[in-house]
Amino acid sequence: MPRRSIHEVLILRVVSKGIFPFVLLFALYVQFHGDFGPGGGFQAGVIFAAGWVLYGLVFGLTELQKALPPRWVEIGTALGVLLYGGIGVWSMFAHGAFLDYNVLDHHSTVHGQHRGVFWVELGVGITVASVMIGIFYGFAGRRRVR
Amino acid sequence: MSEHFPALQVLLPVLTAPLCLLLRHPTLVRVLSLAVTVGCLGISLALMEQAREVGTVVYEFGNWPRPLGIEYAVDTTNAFVLVIVSMIAAVVLPIGCRNSQVPEGREYLFYSAFLLCFGGLLGVAITGDVFNIFVFLEISSLATYILIAMGRDRRAIMAAYSYLIVGTIGATFLLIGIGLLYQMTGTLNIADLAVRLEDVKETRTVIVAFAFAMVGISIKLAVLPLHHWLPNAYTHAPPVVSAFLSATATKVAYYLMLRFIYTILGAGFVFDVLQFDVILTPLSLAAMFIGSLAAIYQTDFKRLLAYSSIAQIGYMTLGLSLNSELGAAAGIVHLFNHALMKGGLFLVAGCVLLRVGSTAIVDMRGLGSRMPLTASALVIAGLGMIGVPGTVGFVSKWALVSAALDQQAWQITVLILLSSLLALVYVWRLIEVMYLTEAPEGAERREAPPLYLIPTWILVLASVYFGFNTESTLGVARAAAHQLLGGAG
Amino acid sequence: MTFLSNVAGLWNYWAVITLMMIGLYIMISRGNLVKKLMGMNIFQVSVIMLYVSMGKVAGGTPPILIEGAEDVAYSNPLPHVLMLTAIVVGVATTAVGLALVVRVKEAYGTVEEDEVVAIDQATDREEAAAARAAEAAHGEGA
Repeated sequence: MPRRSIHEVLILRVVSKGIFPFVLLFALYVQFHGDFGPGGGFQAGVIFAAGWVLYGLVFGLTELQKALPPRWVEIGTALGVLLYGGIGVWSMFAHGAFLDYNVLDHHSTVHGQHRGVFWVELGVGITVASVMIGIFYGFAGRRRVR
Repeated sequence: MSEHFPALQVLLPVLTAPLCLLLRHPTLVRVLSLAVTVGCLGISLALMEQAREVGTVVYEFGNWPRPLGIEYAVDTTNAFVLVIVSMIAAVVLPIGCRNSQVPEGREYLFYSAFLLCFGGLLGVAITGDVFNIFVFLEISSLATYILIAMGRDRRAIMAAYSYLIVGTIGATFLLIGIGLLYQMTGTLNIADLAVRLEDVKETRTVIVAFAFAMVGISIKLAVLPLHHWLPNAYTHAPPVVSAFLSATATKVAYYLMLRFIYTILGAGFVFDVLQFDVILTPLSLAAMFIGSLAAIYQTDFKRLLAYSSIAQIGYMTLGLSLNSELGAAAGIVHLFNHALMKGGLFLVAGCVLLRVGSTAIVDMRGLGSRMPLTASALVIAGLGMIGVPGTVGFVSKWALVSAALDQQAWQITVLILLSSLLALVYVWRLIEVMYLTEAPEGAERREAPPLYLIPTWILVLASVYFGFNTESTLGVARAAAHQLLGGAG
Repeated sequence: MTFLSNVAGLWNYWAVITLMMIGLYIMISRGNLVKKLMGMNIFQVSVIMLYVSMGKVAGGTPPILIEGAEDVAYSNPLPHVLMLTAIVVGVATTAVGLALVVRVKEAYGTVEEDEVVAIDQATDREEAAAARAAEAAHGEGA
């Protein structure tokens, strides 16, 4: 039996296409429910990236980069960090210390904390996901050397 | 605004690094990074002023009170280190990533990595939380590996890899030490650690923690038997990177050693109970001699400088091992002076590499007539390495010798002077090649461009200026040592 | 201090030390650059174990606040949080290390340390020989 490339196996293609949206959905759940249960930006980011890596493994790097250009990944890496830092700078402008969430809401410190954690975790999530996909691009995009 | 300076000191470079990724435009990124390094220099000078006034400037992140949250604490010692790091960064950065393997159009990645390395080093120096030290150390190290691998030669990649393996072992050892200290005290805050360690100091866990932390820091500092990564890394890295790292990375590691010994564990425990100087003194002396001797036999200018760095690190740790205020002050002032001299010399190597195409010493024949400004910069900085009066090198040697004499350590004084003679040998070798041999036939007579010469000469002239105006640097170093050794807590 | 309390009572430290030594030994003894990185990972994991095991409080529950209950011993969550950071640092180090290995393979055609070192030493020797030749030629000219 001739060996087929992973891209030609029908079962893999169908199953991974079916799983793909749910992986991303789960990542979003871990991200945004992280305030109330286990989860958060790190975990969500890795799960999110895992979905894309699965897509890349089954459909090939070219297909993946068509859907998610490397430049976007680079922008995501930077944006996440800047979002995190931006929250800190915002709290400095609101007359608090760096990353002092209490001052982010005028009315209640609880809301301020919630808001701060939400955006900071989102920043972490975006950066972790982008970095993970970026690492995959970096290694998968290299030519094979004999 | 000024109350946010400690946070901004680290935030500016660390947040500009991702901004560079977004902007990408080579000139824009370059101007932005330069503005950030200059801004950081201003902030560090302001912090120094504040620290001299109030003793310790404290910044609590997220307004969480100490020991709960992470705080930045700036006293005279780390303010001085901050000034050194940001000064060197501001001087060398304009040269940028010429002479490296960075492909056209991707220069922004170099600036990103450089700013991360810069921010990480500042973070290590400024933070008042031991775990934070580890995190910033790794941020700066990871950026360092990338910067070293940008060297033109393929040997740069292997040098970066070896440094990565050894550096990771070092950082992880430090992490083990921090973990054991946390286990005994339940705190990560440096000031709080110092208080809580009082009761448990004699336990075996703390002694083991100290050993792990010291080995980890010594790897990063390249104390003699752990120096193996340094020559290859400095030789094959792009000259700007070598200049920056030799002038800052080891300095920050030395600062960590001071902090662990004097602030966290206390000199009484380290030197009287554990007798750390029994190990550190011979190693420092050995570094002074082996480093200088190895430098004499090198055929490559940059490798010669790298080995001379190992010898100079020996002078710094020797100051520390004397266990006195004068000794610590000599070590601290040498941080600054060595940063000026070695930074300048590595930039000279950059000029040579640019025009001659190699840094082999034989290729530098007749450099005195081919590139007079470059060659004379080398001579002046080289005189500093020997310790000729009127240069910063003399200030360091003088401080170190008087610290040794203060303790009646005659043998050490003699050894310091003898090792200076070795420096004379390798500097003379360079002078001989540059001025007393003729240039090879057909050699180009072209001076390095101003872009290279100006930063080089800034460092070289500063090394002469601070050789005469000793009060500014030595005064700060003495104040820092006084504060470290318990003068002000 | 009996043998039992030294070994059984401190079993987590023995596990950590064993892992640590395995990791260090691999880093020192293996010539393959990828295997060295594997050793580095095992070494880092041992430290993560050290921290996580020190966060355990005897009889402690997971550190989630139980409302209204008093006298509850909670395990210490801080070491876990610290290790979350250390894991990220470890991943980043591994990624940079592997990227360097890829470039070593591209530049040298091998990932065996001894072969790379041999190639490097050959280059160094050639450079030294060229330098000597240049010096000799210069001596004749003068």
